[in-house]
Amino acid sequence: MTRLKADQRHAVRFSLNGKPVEDEAEPRMLLSDFLRHQLGATGTHVGCEHGVCGACTVVVDGMLTRSCLTLAAQVDGCELKTVEGLAPSADRLGVLQQAFRRNHALQCGFCTAGILMSLDHYLSRHPTPSEAEIRDLLSGHICRCTGYTPIIQAALEAAAELTSSKKETSNA
Amino acid sequence: MLQAVTSANRESGDQPWVGRSIERVEDAALLAGRGRFIDDLGVAPGTLHATILRSPHAHADILSIDVDAAKSLPGVAAVLTGTDVKAVTTSLVVGVKAPVECWPIAMDRVRYVGEPVAIVVAIDRARAEDAAELINVEYRPRGAVVDPLGAIVSGAPVLHDGFPGNLASDRSFRYGDPEKAFAEAPHRFSIDIRYPRNSCTPIETYGVVASHDAGEDAFEVLANFQGPFSIHTVIARALKVPGNRLRLRTPPDSGGSFGVKQGVFPYIVLIAAAARITGRPVKWIEDRLEHLTASVSATNRATTLSAAVAADGKILALDWDQVEDCGAHLRAPEPATLYRMHGNLTGAYDIRNVKIRNRVVVTNKTPTGLNRGFGGPQVYFALERLVQRIAIGLRLDPLDVIKRNLIGAGSFPYRTATGALLDSGNYQEAVARAVEHGRLAELKARRDEARAQGRLYGIGFTAVVEPSVSNMGYITTVLTAAERRKAGPKNGAQATATVGLDPVGSVTVHVASVPQGQGHRTVLSQVVADVFGLAPKDIRVNTEIDTAKDAWSIASGNYASRFAAAVAGTAKIAAERVAGRLARIAASQLNVEAADIVFAKGFVASKRNPENRIAFSRVAALSHWSPGSLPDEAGQTIRETAFWTPPELTPPDEDDRINSSLCHGFIFDFCGVEIDRVTLGTRIDRYVTMHDCGTILHPGMVNGQIRGGFAQALGAALLEEYAYAEDGSFLTGTLADYLLPTTTEVPEPEIFHMETPSPFTPLGAKGVGEGNCMSTPVCLANAVADALGVADITLPLVPARLAELVRGAEPPPPAGGASAAAVRGGDRRLRGEGQTAVKGAPEQVWAMLLDPATLQSVIPGCQRVDKITETHFRADVTLGIGPVTGRYRADVELFDLDAPRTATLRGRATGALGFGNAEGRIMLAPDGNGGTTLTYSYDAAIGGKVASIGGRLLDGATRVIIGQFFTALARKAGGGGAEGAGFSLFALLAKLGSLFGGRR
Amino acid sequence: MKPPTFDYLRAGSVGEVLEGLAQQGGDARILAGGQSLMAMLNMRLAKPKLLIDIMRLEELRQIERKGDTVIIGAGARQADLLAWPELAEALPLVSLALPWVGHMQTRSRGTICGSLAHADPSAEMPLALVALGGEVFLRNTRRRRRIAAKDFFAGMMLTARAEDELIEGISLPVVKGARVAFREVARRHGDFAIVACAAMKTQAGVRLAVGGVADVPIARDWPELEGTALDDALNAFAWELGARDDVHATARYRRDLVRMIGRDLIGEVLQ
Ligand code: FES
Ligand code: FES
Repeated sequence: MTRLKADQRHAVRFSLNGKPVEDEAEPRMLLSDFLRHQLGATGTHVGCEHGVCGACTVVVDGMLTRSCLTLAAQVDGCELKTVEGLAPSADRLGVLQQAFRRNHALQCGFCTAGILMSLDHYLSRHPTPSEAEIRDLLSGHICRCTGYTPIIQAALEAAAELTSSKKETSNA
Repeated sequence: MLQAVTSANRESGDQPWVGRSIERVEDAALLAGRGRFIDDLGVAPGTLHATILRSPHAHADILSIDVDAAKSLPGVAAVLTGTDVKAVTTSLVVGVKAPVECWPIAMDRVRYVGEPVAIVVAIDRARAEDAAELINVEYRPRGAVVDPLGAIVSGAPVLHDGFPGNLASDRSFRYGDPEKAFAEAPHRFSIDIRYPRNSCTPIETYGVVASHDAGEDAFEVLANFQGPFSIHTVIARALKVPGNRLRLRTPPDSGGSFGVKQGVFPYIVLIAAAARITGRPVKWIEDRLEHLTASVSATNRATTLSAAVAADGKILALDWDQVEDCGAHLRAPEPATLYRMHGNLTGAYDIRNVKIRNRVVVTNKTPTGLNRGFGGPQVYFALERLVQRIAIGLRLDPLDVIKRNLIGAGSFPYRTATGALLDSGNYQEAVARAVEHGRLAELKARRDEARAQGRLYGIGFTAVVEPSVSNMGYITTVLTAAERRKAGPKNGAQATATVGLDPVGSVTVHVASVPQGQGHRTVLSQVVADVFGLAPKDIRVNTEIDTAKDAWSIASGNYASRFAAAVAGTAKIAAERVAGRLARIAASQLNVEAADIVFAKGFVASKRNPENRIAFSRVAALSHWSPGSLPDEAGQTIRETAFWTPPELTPPDEDDRINSSLCHGFIFDFCGVEIDRVTLGTRIDRYVTMHDCGTILHPGMVNGQIRGGFAQALGAALLEEYAYAEDGSFLTGTLADYLLPTTTEVPEPEIFHMETPSPFTPLGAKGVGEGNCMSTPVCLANAVADALGVADITLPLVPARLAELVRGAEPPPPAGGASAAAVRGGDRRLRGEGQTAVKGAPEQVWAMLLDPATLQSVIPGCQRVDKITETHFRADVTLGIGPVTGRYRADVELFDLDAPRTATLRGRATGALGFGNAEGRIMLAPDGNGGTTLTYSYDAAIGGKVASIGGRLLDGATRVIIGQFFTALARKAGGGGAEGAGFSLFALLAKLGSLFGGRR
Repeated sequence: MKPPTFDYLRAGSVGEVLEGLAQQGGDARILAGGQSLMAMLNMRLAKPKLLIDIMRLEELRQIERKGDTVIIGAGARQADLLAWPELAEALPLVSLALPWVGHMQTRSRGTICGSLAHADPSAEMPLALVALGGEVFLRNTRRRRRIAAKDFFAGMMLTARAEDELIEGISLPVVKGARVAFREVARRHGDFAIVACAAMKTQAGVRLAVGGVADVPIARDWPELEGTALDDALNAFAWELGARDDVHATARYRRDLVRMIGRDLIGEVLQ
C-alpha cells in the first residue's frame, strides 16, 4: 500500500519517451501539469482540463490517456510517450509529422500534439485505416483552426506511406 | 524615390515564391512539441499565480466581501477586490459618450455571471484556488435582463444609470430616398431575426504575465493578446501610465484567436494591477470554464429587415432595424461589431436606398468583443434569409433574385449607398463558375430525387461581400457628424513592417501582425524572398511584438483579415526600398546602371550580362562593414521600416457615409442538406464555396482559412450557443454543453477560386479568413428552410427546435396514465406541487417546521441550524449527490403565517458551487384520522457554477433531495415514510446547488 | 481549475481498498479510469479526502465467461471489453453500445464499473446493464452482496452502493441467440445520449430499455406487439419516463425519439 499525504510532495518516477525522469508532486498534481511545468515537456497542451478537447492526450503504458484526467502519482513506474518522442531526431520529422506539414494539417498547432499522439498510437495498431475510422478516432479531439479535413488527409497519407515503407523493408 | 527592381528566383526559374503552397516554416517546431505558447515559457523566479473569483449572479449588489480566511491560507500573497484594483487603476474607456464606467472587476455590483469579484494571488494556482473558495461574498440579487428587446422595454431592470433604459446608443441613418422607394415599390418583404450568441473560442485560453517596476512606475506585460493595438492605449490609461511605460509583448506562438484574444485586455489590467500591488510578477492562465463563461462573446442581435422589391425581384430599398446586445459593459472597441459592416449593409447587391436604425443595448451577459466575422454573420443572416423569402414570395428562383441584384461587373470600384468603396470583382462570373464547377444542376436533381422518395432535402444559396482591412475610423460612425468634428478625425489603417540586413547579409523581417496560427512567417518569407531573389528559407521572420521596441500603430494586430492585404504588402514595400538601395550599391560595384540590376538566385546581377554579378550577402553586408564605400545617394541598408496606410480609408463624411473597409472579397456559396426524419439532424450533403479574395499569396493557407472558417460557421449554424436562462444564469459552461464541431460533423467543402486583384493593396490581395463565418451559417439555414418548407429559422439548428417547427400535435399521454412531469418553463425555474399524508396532527407538523432541532435532524447533511428570529433560520449544510459535494449556507424566512394551516417560505442558499433561491407555500389540513394532509407548491431557481456546468442533471436531483427530506420529516412525525415526492424548500435550496452534470 | 487536496492511496490489495473505504467512508472515492471523477475534481465539484486507486489490482481486471454469465471486474477498462474476442458473441448488445461510450481516448482508460458507479442517466453502460438484467457485486469489509441492475440505480448519479462499499464487478447474462438492437441520438458523436434505446427479443416477447430520459435507465417488457397496440404501448412508455427539457433537447423531442426509435428497434429484433 502506498498512501501519499495531501499536502506533501512525493517522488514520481517514470519513463518519458524512453528516458527515466523523476520529480516531486503533491497527490493532486495533474499529469499534464507535471509534464509541462515540472519536467518542462511543454509540447503536451492543455485546452479544457475536463477531458473533452484532447489537446493533452499522451500515451501511458500503451493506452491513449487524457493527461488532464490523470494524476502524476498514477503514472509512477509507467512508460509514457509524448509528442516530444515522435520525431526520429531533433532536426528531422517523422512520417506522420511530415504528412501534417505537407497537408497544412495544423495552423496554430495547439491541438496538434494530442492529435499526433492519437494517430501515432492508432496507426501502429491499425496500419490501413479507412477515412471513417480516422474520423471516429479523431472525434475525441477538437481543432478550432483547420476544419479537420487536412488532418484526415495527412493521417491517411501517413498510413499509406508507413505501410508501403514497411512492405519495402520486409521485402528487402 | 523608390526604384523599380525586378527579381527572379533561383531553383525555379522566374516563378515567384508568392502564390505557391510552400511548407510552413512554423510547422517543424509545432509538430515536434517545441512551440512557444505563453504557458510554455518560463517565468521569473518568485512569480506568483492568480486565480479569479467570479460572480455566480447575473445581476446583484455586493454587500460585503470577507477575504480574511483566504488571506490567511499559507502560500497566499494577496486577495484583491474591486476596491484594491480601483486604488491603482482607472475605469476602461467606453466606446460611446455616456457617463458610464467600465471596470475589469466588479466594484459594488455584478452585472453578469462570471464577472470578476476578487483576485487571489498565491505561490501556485492550486493554492490560489483553495483560497478563493474561502472568500465569502454576500450578494443582494437584482432583476436581470438577458434579451436585447426585453432590455429596452420600460420597467426593465437597468444595468448602468448612465445608459437610461439600457440603451447605450440609438442612431438613425438615411441614404438615397428609402421612403419613396418603399412607397412606390409593388412588394414589401420583412423578416425578424434573432442572431444567437456564440464564440470562436480558441483551444488555447487567455494568458497574462505581468510585472511592475515601482522605481520607474512601468509595467511589463506578456500576453497572448492579438490586437488591435489601439487597445494598448486603453490598457495604459487604465493603469495610469503613459504608453511608453506599458511594455506589451506577445509570445512567439498563440493557440488560435479568431478575434477572441482581443478580449484578454481587461485581464491585462487586472493582472498588472495585481503585480503592482504585490510587487511581484504575477501570472494568470485562464481555464476553460472561465473562458466559456466570461471571456468574450460575439454579439447577439435582434434585427428587423424590410425590403422594397420590384416584381422581378430587384431590391429597391432596405430598412434595417438592428438592436445590438453588447452584454453587461460596453468594452472597447464595441459597439464596433455593429458598425464594422456599415458600408456593406447592402451586401453584394446594387441597392441605392437604405434606412437604418442602430441601437446598442446592455444586458446581464458577458461583454462582447472581436470574433471572426465580426458583424458579418449577424448582417448576412438577415439579408440573405430575406433574399430567400423574397424569392419564395415572388415565386422566383432564389438564385435568380441574387443574380438580379448583384452589382454589375463593370461598376468597380463601386461606392455603396452607405459609403463603402468596393474595390474590384466580377460577381456574375464568380456565380457562373461556382454553379458550373459546383454542379448545381446535378444537386437540384439530387434534391428532386430525394424529395420523390419522401426525404427532407433542401438547397441554400448565399452571396456575400467580405470586407477586410478595417478603417480605424469606422467606429466613429456611431457618433453624429457634430460629435465627430469635436473629437477630431479618425481614419486609416497604418500597417508596419521592418526589413533588416545583418553583417553577414542575412535578412530578417519584423511585423506587428501578431499571428495566431495563420502562418504569417511563411508568407512574409515568400514575399521578401521574391524581392531579394532569395529563397524563403533565407529569410527569418519574427512576428512577436514588443511595443517598447517595434514599429507599431493602433492598427497593428491580427484582426479584420488585414494580413495579406496590408501587412504582407507593407513588408514588400520595405523590402523593395532596401532592394532599391542595394541595387544602387551593386550598380556602382558592377559598373552598370541601377536600372540594369536584377536580384536572382542569391545574386545581384546585371540583367544584360548575368555573369557580371555579386553575391547578395556581400552587397547586403556592406552597410555594416564599409559604409564609407557606399555610393553617396544610396543610404543605409541595415534596416528599413515601412508604414503604409491606404488613402481610400477616409473618415465618415458629413452624411455618415463610411468606407468601413479597404478590400472587399466576394463569396458565393450554395449547399445541399438532408434532414433526418427521425432525429431532425442536419447532414451536409455538399457545400460549395466560391471565393474571390484577389491575388492569392499561398493557396494552401487560403484554403486553410476557408476550411477553418467553414468549420466554425458550421458550429455556429448547427451546434454552438452561449445559452442563458431568463434569470441570467449561464447554461453552457463546459465543452460538453458548448458544443464544438468535431471530425464527425465537418465535411470537406468544395472550394473554388477566382482572382480579381485589389487595386488598393500592394500585392493585390484581399482578406479571406472571415468570409465563411459570414456566408455559411445563413447558407445552411436557407437550405434547411428549403428542406423543411418553413419561414422562420433560428440558429443554432438544434433538432429539438426543428421538431417544434415541423411536427404537429404530439400524441397525448394515455388517459389515466402518467402526465408530463413538471415541465420547466423557458425561464428554467423549477416548479412543482404535491400532496402527501403525514401521521402527526397539523399542530405537530407545524411545530416541527418551526423547530431548529427537528430541521437539523431531517435535513440531510445539516450541521447546525440557528434560529435568527422566530421565523428566520440559518443553517450550515454539507450536501452531496454522488461524488459532488459542497458546503452551503442557507437562509429561510417564513411569511404569511397562519398557524397551523398555511405558511409561505422564502429562502436562499449559497456556496462555492452556486446558489439557489425559492419560494414555496405549504398548506396543512387534518386528514380526519388524526394525521395531516400536507399540500405544497414551490418555485425555485438555481444559479452559479453548478448551473453552467451541470444544468443537465438538475431537475432529477432536485426531486431526489425533496424526497430524501420528506421521508425524514414524515418519519420524524411518526409516519411510515412518505409516498412519492415530499417537500422541503429548506433542503431543496441548499442541495440544489450541489449538482453536476459530469462528462466522462 | 486544479483539484482540491486529497490523500492518494495506491491499493495493493482489495483488502486495502475496503479498509480505506471503511475508515474514510463518504470522504473516500475509488479512482479507477478517472474519466468522470477527475473532471469533477478539476472543477472542484467533488472534495474527497482520500482517493483509492484500484487500477494496479490485477484481480479486479477480469473479463471472464462463466457459464451463462460474463463477469467484468472493477478494473476492466472499456477498451479491454471492446477488445475481448468473445464480446460480439456473448454480449452482442454491449458490443453495439460500447463504441458509443465517449471516445477512443476515454475508453482506453475508462472502466465499465466506473461508468456504472457514476450512474449518469444518459450513459450507455447503465442502459446495457439494465437492458440485460445484469447484477452488481458490492463488497465491504464485512460482507459481499449482489444487487440487480434495476435496483442498483437509485436516481441521477445515485446508486444503491453504500459509502463503504466497493463495486467489485458485475455480471451480465449471456442470452443465447438473442436478437438485439441499439440506437442512440446525441448532439454529436460521443456525447451523452439525448435518448438511447436498446431492444431485445425475449422469450415472452420484446424488451425495450431507454436511457437519457428518466433519472435512471428503464426497461419495459411487452409481448410481441405490433400496429397501434405497439404505438400505444410506446406512447405510454414515452410519457411515463417523465422527460424534461434541457439545453440540448426538449421533453417532447425525447418522447418523439422514444416512440420512433423504439418502434424501429422493436421491428428490427422481431423481424
Ligand atoms: S485538456 Fe485534457 S482533454 Fe482538454
Ligand atoms: S491547429 Fe489550432 S486548434 Fe488545431
